[in-house]
Amino acid sequence: MTNTSLKAFNAMVRRDFTLALRNKSEWANPLFFFILACSLFPLGIGPEPNTLEKIAPGIIWVTALLAAMLSLDGVFRSDFEDGSLEQQILGPHPFTVLVYAKILVHWLITGIPLMLLSPLLGVILHLPADGIILLMISLLLGTPVLSLIGSIGVALTVGIKRGGMLLSLLILPLYIPVLIFGAGAVDVGLGGLDTSGHFLLMAAILVLAITLAPLATAAALKVSV
Amino acid sequence: MSLNEFFYMGGYAFHVWTSYGLTLLLLVLHIVLPIRRRKQLLRRIHKTIKRESAS
Amino acid sequence: MWKAIKRLTSFKNFYRFSGKLLPWFGAITLVLFLTGLYWGLVIAPIDYLQKDSYRILYIHVPAAWMSLFVYIVMAASGAIHLVWKTKLSEVIANSCAPIGATFTFLALVTGAIWGQPTWGTWWVWDARLTSELVLLFLYIGYMALHSAIEDRASAARAAAILAIVGLVNIPIIHFSVNWWFTLHQVASISVGKGSSLHPSMYWPLMVMTAAFKFYFATVLMMTARNEILERDQNSNWVREEEKNL
Repeated sequence: MTNTSLKAFNAMVRRDFTLALRNKSEWANPLFFFILACSLFPLGIGPEPNTLEKIAPGIIWVTALLAAMLSLDGVFRSDFEDGSLEQQILGPHPFTVLVYAKILVHWLITGIPLMLLSPLLGVILHLPADGIILLMISLLLGTPVLSLIGSIGVALTVGIKRGGMLLSLLILPLYIPVLIFGAGAVDVGLGGLDTSGHFLLMAAILVLAITLAPLATAAALKVSV
Repeated sequence: MSLNEFFYMGGYAFHVWTSYGLTLLLLVLHIVLPIRRRKQLLRRIHKTIKRESAS
Repeated sequence: MWKAIKRLTSFKNFYRFSGKLLPWFGAITLVLFLTGLYWGLVIAPIDYLQKDSYRILYIHVPAAWMSLFVYIVMAASGAIHLVWKTKLSEVIANSCAPIGATFTFLALVTGAIWGQPTWGTWWVWDARLTSELVLLFLYIGYMALHSAIEDRASAARAAAILAIVGLVNIPIIHFSVNWWFTLHQVASISVGKGSSLHPSMYWPLMVMTAAFKFYFATVLMMTARNEILERDQNSNWVREEEKNL
């Protein structure tokens, strides 16, 4: 990355981050959704601690995934509507660099808070302490992948009115590997087995997503705008 | 092997024939629909040709 | 060279060429299907474990293979369209989706029907069936995206990007589902995992696979020809071609 690109990247991160923080509903609503949806499960299944402990990793991972997906709409929407996205595509800086910045901001405002909130949900679902730690590690490795893959989906649907439902059709199948390894790591760890395999695979997926997803996102945005 | 035995499929008639029947239905559908569409398109093309040569 | 390719893949040339091929492909498909069905349903011996229910293999396995094959064709022609902006590859990518989704659906349903006598239930979260289900979701997403975008050119390009992303993901999904399946292993025989099929069962399967391949080529040509006809309906070559009907 050349020096000016780096500057553009930093400027974009700062700008998007400030804008996102000002818009409280954008970062707060997914978190409330996360807590609310998770607490619905005991009500639907029953308060039996053993059952809850068994399904807790899966529930927390699925709801985190849905929360991340619901928050995706904000990544390009406002920039698309006021036309600044078009300016960014045409601008002097490599567009992919700007896309990286936007995805990073999305992860900072949803992925990190989701991960920080997960212990609370682990406690109410009777997940033991080592399970909570594993859950946090798996979310730390998995949520950036959710933002990266999700950005492809939003980029493809940003030009479509009421594209929210379509977005879930496009990206939920692509989220499956992250879900399997993320929830699986906690499961395996609670069973007393070695989790390094799961985490290494998640890291590999993360590296692959970092390398490829923004390219696809940038290409998709050029089609959509 | 008698014809009855063939259709009986060793007691798995339901499973085997539902699978094959459904497959046949869908595969034939993918042939019939394009043929109908082609006829429609050709009819439309002929209409425009006629209209234009008349005018 | 470039010009030659452009000319060969023009709508007009493809339309003429495929029109000549189509009857042959149709006939080969029919012969292969009749041979394969007779061989698989009548001549092939009974499996001593699964008895006659194993005969579903002759459509389940080719359908499952085709479901992936068609996706690869779709993503590849999508990629070609993105890079060289050839019209024919766009048409082919579009024509792949419905037939591919049908193969996937058939693989799923026949797998479930086959699973019933083998496992005792209609659905087991078996690695192959789960992967097939995800593949069906990918096809549905592709078709939904394509039909949601009004502008035809951007719809084709957006769908092509999605297909490529899906193609990169398929091995990862497949691997993760296998991994997940071995972790939560339920005692079962995996449907369609004929570890080593006896030649008397293997050869009818190959004939059926070939039949599915030719069937796909036939349907693909028919659908693509229709789309070409619709797009170029006002051009002179279409009128030349179809005036005497």
